[in-house]
Amino acid sequence: MKLLQERIKHSKFGESIIIETTIRIMVPFIQLFGLYVIVHGHYSPGGGFQGGVILGASFILIGLGYDFKTSLTRMKEKTNIILGNLGALIFTGVALLCALMGGLFLDYSVLDKLIPLGAIEWRSFGIFLVEVGVGLAVMSIMVSLFWDICSGGDLDEGL
Amino acid sequence: MIWGIDLLILLLVVICAFATITIKDLLSAAIVFGVYSFLMCLLWAEMGAVDVAFMEATVGAGVSTILFIGAILHTSRRSKD
Repeated sequence: MKLLQERIKHSKFGESIIIETTIRIMVPFIQLFGLYVIVHGHYSPGGGFQGGVILGASFILIGLGYDFKTSLTRMKEKTNIILGNLGALIFTGVALLCALMGGLFLDYSVLDKLIPLGAIEWRSFGIFLVEVGVGLAVMSIMVSLFWDICSGGDLDEGL
Repeated sequence: MIWGIDLLILLLVVICAFATITIKDLLSAAIVFGVYSFLMCLLWAEMGAVDVAFMEATVGAGVSTILFIGAILHTSRRSKD
């Protein structure tokens, strides 16, 4: 473990071309799989939380394989915060919109008055909207947890 | 549910749990804890709870092991005081 810490200090960590090439090829497919899990959450196992964790794991993989600076250039901290808050806003916004339209909290069928698609279709589509929000929020939280734990909280250098 | 596979995975889960709390080296304990999480994922999937197994594979074996390793890299072997 001592050796690992010294190698991180001299920043000789993660300069293997095999690991970098593998990660560069794998990350788009991991993100595609995460999007599939989010979108197909109400037909098959999976959903917003699992898909969000997979999307966040792809950015964590960039941070593990390259160094810390590269993972900050791929996904900026401000973008991360905006995406996470947007996810929480989508969740509560859809739920509050249902309440404002005269139904219960998270009762999607009353959104039929806004855009007439049919109550049953709105129940399916509303779950999809909420899961997109959950996925964005979970992705942001996972990536920022990794950044904060690996850099000790100051986000300048890390794993 | 096949009771043979069930018993085998349960045995490995118990072995991994004991190994996690007895190993002195923190990095090894984190890796064995990841193995424990993945075996739990296999157990959930074999019992038919595919959604829980998915959650265990992504969160337990994937992200939390990396977070443990990231936290362990900030510690030192001997305590200072």
